[in-house]
Amino acid sequence: MEIDPFIFRLSIFILSIFIGYYVVWSVTPSLHTPLMSVTNAISSVIIVGAIIAALAGSSGNIFGISSIFGYLAIILAAVNIFGGFLVTQRMLQMYKKKKNNKK
Amino acid sequence: MISANLSAVFYLISGILFILALRGLSSPDTSRQGNYFGIIGMIIAIAVTFLSIGNFSTSIIYVFLFLIVGGAVGSYIAYRIPMTAMPELVAGFHSLVGLAAVFVAIAAFLNPSAFNLGFVGDIKLASLIEMSIGAAVGAITFSGSIIAFLKLKGIMSGSPITFVGQHYLNLVLGITIFVLIFYLCKSQTESLFWTVIVISFLVGFLLIIPIGGADMPVVISMLNSYSGWAAAGIGFTLENTALIITGALVGSSGAILSYIMCKAMNRSFISVILGGFGADNSSSDIKGKQDKKPVKSGNAEDAAFLMKNASSVIIVPGYGMAVAQAQHALREMVDKLKKNDIKVTYAIHPVAGRMPGHMNVLLAEANVPYDEVFELEDINNDFANSDVAFVIGANDVTNPVAKTDPKSPIFGMPVLDVEKCKSVLFVKRSLSPGYAGIDNELFYRDNTLMLFADAKKMTEDIVKNLD
Repeated sequence: MEIDPFIFRLSIFILSIFIGYYVVWSVTPSLHTPLMSVTNAISSVIIVGAIIAALAGSSGNIFGISSIFGYLAIILAAVNIFGGFLVTQRMLQMYKKKKNNKK
Repeated sequence: MISANLSAVFYLISGILFILALRGLSSPDTSRQGNYFGIIGMIIAIAVTFLSIGNFSTSIIYVFLFLIVGGAVGSYIAYRIPMTAMPELVAGFHSLVGLAAVFVAIAAFLNPSAFNLGFVGDIKLASLIEMSIGAAVGAITFSGSIIAFLKLKGIMSGSPITFVGQHYLNLVLGITIFVLIFYLCKSQTESLFWTVIVISFLVGFLLIIPIGGADMPVVISMLNSYSGWAAAGIGFTLENTALIITGALVGSSGAILSYIMCKAMNRSFISVILGGFGADNSSSDIKGKQDKKPVKSGNAEDAAFLMKNASSVIIVPGYGMAVAQAQHALREMVDKLKKNDIKVTYAIHPVAGRMPGHMNVLLAEANVPYDEVFELEDINNDFANSDVAFVIGANDVTNPVAKTDPKSPIFGMPVLDVEKCKSVLFVKRSLSPGYAGIDNELFYRDNTLMLFADAKKMTEDIVKNLD
């Protein structure tokens, strides 16, 4: 009997939770704010679904209702991707050690 | 067009890059590299999606157009936002992820064949469950984050809003969502799908309004977690590994942060969720006693004198520092002290501020080297050997009552032992109690000197007096 592909995805999901658990515990508390902004950015990989929805609309009608939801989701996710990564970068630039801090 | 197997491999790679992005945050040295991993992962995921679709209709123009529009808005916000506004920015971003998840779920529901999920009215059962859950959690994340955003931004009152039967209403609505999803799976009716989304919006709203003030760090972490679970739900629907991995990572990350925040306040997650903290009237009876006790108050000159003659000073920042934007003045002060060979360190309580790591970011913005900033457990023993504790904008996290009075609402909460210092300087606008609504007995101790002023103004005055 074959295994349902859903089980494979579920395995990936569960194992990723464990990876997330250990990786996040190792994040230094002083970087918890950048952690939140970067998780924000990466969760916007949901844009993948938005692109499919926008592009795979029925031919001839590029403004079908499901495409429109796709476009809207693209805008939202894009704000988050660019905003999230850039603001994280901006914050991380500020974390300096003593010796690099001659001014 | 590339094969489904090849694109699955690339999605896996971008998932791994996202793991490395979080892994990088284990130290500030590797964090920037980590962020680049995240960016590369995102580029791969987006590029592979385009390639796997292959034959483009003219709609690709709009896809790029909206991508650029969104990207421009996001970049503009990221460059312009002041560091003090970081909590509301993060809350705002969470709401976008939530809403995007809802939109993608709607698109998948209306046009399932585009995602290989079956046909309208005959969507695969598993996919339908997954997309309903994704949409519901996404909607809760969206409306919850909007409320959190409004509260943090000060547009909405930060104090908890409670009413009778609140929790029962939430419970009933929560159960309703599950029942509706069950019937949706049986009948595939479109109206049920929309009802699930509407009720979920309502639940998110009701869930966050009773939580306020200093519980905000838990709220933000919790919504962070929700946005991850929503993404994972959509990931299952789209059968996309990158999205599943990311959703799991973000979901567990937010959950861990919530746990850390709850532990730092010695409160159970449930009691935070149920909300209403600080709204009770426990403070009223204390206020009567308050006037009777003598308080030593001083001015900037006294503070400067005390610190000049100290050999070690520990700074304890809190939310008040963020409100007054005093971090730059504070660093100026510390620079002057260091010139006089005084050892200065910073002590950060996990729930200082309105989000995890809030104080650290502000100090980093003011060019404070991160190796002078310490967490509670790393520095708490040093207070006994230090001359001056300079508490700026913090209150409850220093209250010794948490160690001594089992009746206190904050009993058992880990606190910074500032009272063990030879002298304590307390910059505060008034004697008013903090979020927990309790008096801080530290104010009335002999070795405490109260500096009644705006945090920024007082610090600047001290700087002048240090010359």
